[in-house]
Amino acid sequence: MAAAFADLRSRALALAERRLPALTRLRQPETLPVALHRRRIYVLPTRFGLAFAFLLFVMLLGALNYGNNPALLLTCLLGAIAGASLFAGFRAMSGLALLQVRAGDMHAGEATTLRLRFDPGVRARASLRVKLGDDDTAFALSANAPHDVELPFTPPTRGWNRCGRLRVWTEYPLGLFGIWSWINPDAAFLVFPALEANAPPLPPGAGFAGERMAAGDSEELAGLRDYRSNDARRLIAWKASLRHDRLLVRDTERRSGEALVLDYAALRGLDHEARIRRLAAWVVAAEAAHASYALHLPEASLGPALGANHRRDCLRALALLPLAGVPA
Amino acid sequence: MTSKTTLTRAQFALLAITVAATIATHVAHLPPWLAPALALVVAARAWWRRKHDGAVAAAIRLPLALALLAAIVGEYGNVLGRDPGSAFGCGLLALKLLETETPRDARVALGFCAFVLMSALLFEQGLPFTLLVCAVLVLQVAAFNRLEPAPLSSDRPLRASLVLAGKLVLVAIPLALAGFILVPRLGSPLWGSPNGDAGARTGLSDRMAPGQFTDLMLDDSPAFRVAFDGAPPPPNAQYFRAIVLSDFDGTTWTRALSGLRRGATPKTGSAQVDYRITLEPTQQRWLPALDVPVAAPDDAALAGDDTIIANRPVVQPREYRARSMVGASDTKALVKYQRERLLRLPPGADPRARALAAQWRNESANDAEVVQRALALFHASFTYTLTPPLLGRDSVDEFLFDTRRGFCEHYASAFVFLMRAAGIPARVVTGYQGGWWSASGGYLLVRQSDAHAWAEVWRDGRGWLRVDPTAAVSPARIERGAAQVNDAAAWTQSDWLRELRNRIDIVNRLWTQGVIRFDGMRQRALLADFGIARSEGGDLLLILSGVLAFAMLVAAIWAMRGARGDRGDALDRLWSRLRGDLRDAGFVAKPGDGPRALSDGVRARDAALAESLHPIVDEYTRLRYAFARPPQDAVEHLSSSVRRWSRTHLRRRAIQRRLRRMAALFGAARPDRGSS
Repeated sequence: MAAAFADLRSRALALAERRLPALTRLRQPETLPVALHRRRIYVLPTRFGLAFAFLLFVMLLGALNYGNNPALLLTCLLGAIAGASLFAGFRAMSGLALLQVRAGDMHAGEATTLRLRFDPGVRARASLRVKLGDDDTAFALSANAPHDVELPFTPPTRGWNRCGRLRVWTEYPLGLFGIWSWINPDAAFLVFPALEANAPPLPPGAGFAGERMAAGDSEELAGLRDYRSNDARRLIAWKASLRHDRLLVRDTERRSGEALVLDYAALRGLDHEARIRRLAAWVVAAEAAHASYALHLPEASLGPALGANHRRDCLRALALLPLAGVPA
Repeated sequence: MTSKTTLTRAQFALLAITVAATIATHVAHLPPWLAPALALVVAARAWWRRKHDGAVAAAIRLPLALALLAAIVGEYGNVLGRDPGSAFGCGLLALKLLETETPRDARVALGFCAFVLMSALLFEQGLPFTLLVCAVLVLQVAAFNRLEPAPLSSDRPLRASLVLAGKLVLVAIPLALAGFILVPRLGSPLWGSPNGDAGARTGLSDRMAPGQFTDLMLDDSPAFRVAFDGAPPPPNAQYFRAIVLSDFDGTTWTRALSGLRRGATPKTGSAQVDYRITLEPTQQRWLPALDVPVAAPDDAALAGDDTIIANRPVVQPREYRARSMVGASDTKALVKYQRERLLRLPPGADPRARALAAQWRNESANDAEVVQRALALFHASFTYTLTPPLLGRDSVDEFLFDTRRGFCEHYASAFVFLMRAAGIPARVVTGYQGGWWSASGGYLLVRQSDAHAWAEVWRDGRGWLRVDPTAAVSPARIERGAAQVNDAAAWTQSDWLRELRNRIDIVNRLWTQGVIRFDGMRQRALLADFGIARSEGGDLLLILSGVLAFAMLVAAIWAMRGARGDRGDALDRLWSRLRGDLRDAGFVAKPGDGPRALSDGVRARDAALAESLHPIVDEYTRLRYAFARPPQDAVEHLSSSVRRWSRTHLRRRAIQRRLRRMAALFGAARPDRGSS
């Protein structure tokens, strides 16, 4: 029974979605900033509001039945207060603007926060709420002071994500009316792949030993050394080689040993997403261990290098790999 | 979701205060043990909640609820009806607080609060009490608001809620009044008889034992108000008769059943007075009327003993018109059985009084002389006091020969006893005498403390004659009213306070007449004044819908105003105002134009005007771009100079422009160019 009802409800919602996009705001992401105005603010009494209306009706009947005019006056006053609260609540929403949606670095499936910047305009606004998924966050804004509202957010997949449809709503001032508006902001965040939990240790071949001196990721600081047969061709310092009359390569790390190579192709036996998760975990681990690393992906190679930029580049490249598995 | 969160301490505290205040409006009629018990429950719960979250265990709540039910049934016999119902409601409200943990619970409790608050008005409808109820209502609305998360100013959220609630109530008052005036009244109750189980209220009763009036004499609440069509009768004629008591059992006078008056009775030697009385609820059927009433109002009848009896008990303030003949007397003869009844005395009681009466009978030539002798006795050696000694079994004897101290009841009772013993038919009449004349309101205010008892004697050929033995003892009582001659004057009887209370009564009268008595008839009369002749239920609802639609329109305009473009600080508003003024005067700027472009645009059309505008634009640029937060006084100064500049330089252009547009519009030959 409950399942049938839920099914009916979702089908009704889907129909509303198709027929009344203005009402539900799911289809078309909108460019920020978005200001709420009367055409997109909706009002319905809450369940408590309906119960309160019934209470008022009973009170009205009682007052009329007993011919008790002060009681009737009190009932009328309560009714008028309830009516006024509707407009006060509408006013709390009308003119509210969402300026931007921002997020820091995040990994798929990992809880982080979105920062929504709301502009209240010239009026202070209390008891506003924004709902994303099942999370409901209450906030208040003082006049002329745009304010960041932090919203818990767990991105579902790697790659470009939208936050999806936000429900900005309030029951201000008395909880009798629910006043809401949907915003589907056109704001996308790059979500890094999830990190494999308990990933195996970094692959061997990494030259950890010796007195390592990480030179950071800048190649200017790097020294030069003689060419070895397996050096990448793009590392050859052609001008210097001409001057010295022998092949020299840029040494991105002034240390002995080989750069760590994290190779997509080497991870046989794992499926596409699992490889990506492991590589992402290794990137983070290598960065934490200050070990210079290179990332080889089917379409691109990064590094070897070390540092926040390199890490971000690697994770970004991993995040943007096509979702379906690529042929090996 | 919110329903899962629990109330904060501040939210709960406000809720507890609201519940306590709501119960406090009922204190006057709650059983004396219930009010302290409920106060204890609320206080204990509030104290406990400060320390620990969590509802009180059901093992405690359930027995308490059962105990409440049992106690209410024990006190009243049932839980239905006005008194037990309201006591039970107060109890449940306090118990609801025990399990209130979430905003959802709190909303339920507050909704119930509203209901309990309304039921308090079933007991007391005066203006001060209604104002008190409104104050509690503000508290309730504030408590509702306080349940919303994220209040605006986190330092003083309670204050913010109270201010908001006050504003909401003020805004709601006009609409509430419109609703109050226009809601169709019920012709007859849908269920029950209103206040069928009314509580005891002080007032006259149809029994009188000497000494019984003492409580009444100290009750300053209004009994009724009288507005005379002509001049009011003199104070010594202001006798309002209510009940006639003609049976005496030795201690108590009771009312004899008397038939309705049949046919119009001829009255002689009288001045006719028409008047309107607004009677406070008495829960009784008698309607006081000026002595002697000759016509009964609708819904009431004139009884054989010249009193007016209503068809139903007066449970709501009642207004009626009546006509009286001052100083009238009945010429009809007494039938034999009536005469016997009016001479009947309890056998064997009060032998000394009987002997005295017999002696007077023998020594007097006629009835009038007997009456004179009795009055002379009272005048010679009796004292008027509201604190007389208690009387024993032969109450009349003890009063006449031993204590000789008493007030109207004692004198009326003893006098009628003496007359009957002397063979003259006599009876006791209770009612009110005197009152306070409100010159500004043009009405006579009669309080419970003006209650009075006097006597009537039958004289063949002349009918019933009013004799007031109290007047023989204390003429001032009749001339100036009871309160002035009370030797037991409490502080409440001090002159200035009395005077003040009398003056305030005019507001109470307006309240009673304008609000409490605003019934279907008044409603039709009021609407007829506005030219709405037909005002049946459907028409009223139609008008009410119109008023509601209008109110919603006004509210919607208010709510939607300033939704767009109304951003930025005072400086931004000032700037957009300047742009608006320039646009009205014909200098239309593009939306993206900055200060420089705007001023260039003006210069291109009017160099002199641009010159005078220059300092303003410069100052605006400086304030806007040189400060993160422009100083307040500089902004205000600039704002006033913008206003001045617009007035001196732009207003004339704006008016000319508007006139040109209108001319173009009404010229009709040319199409409207000004529609941009």
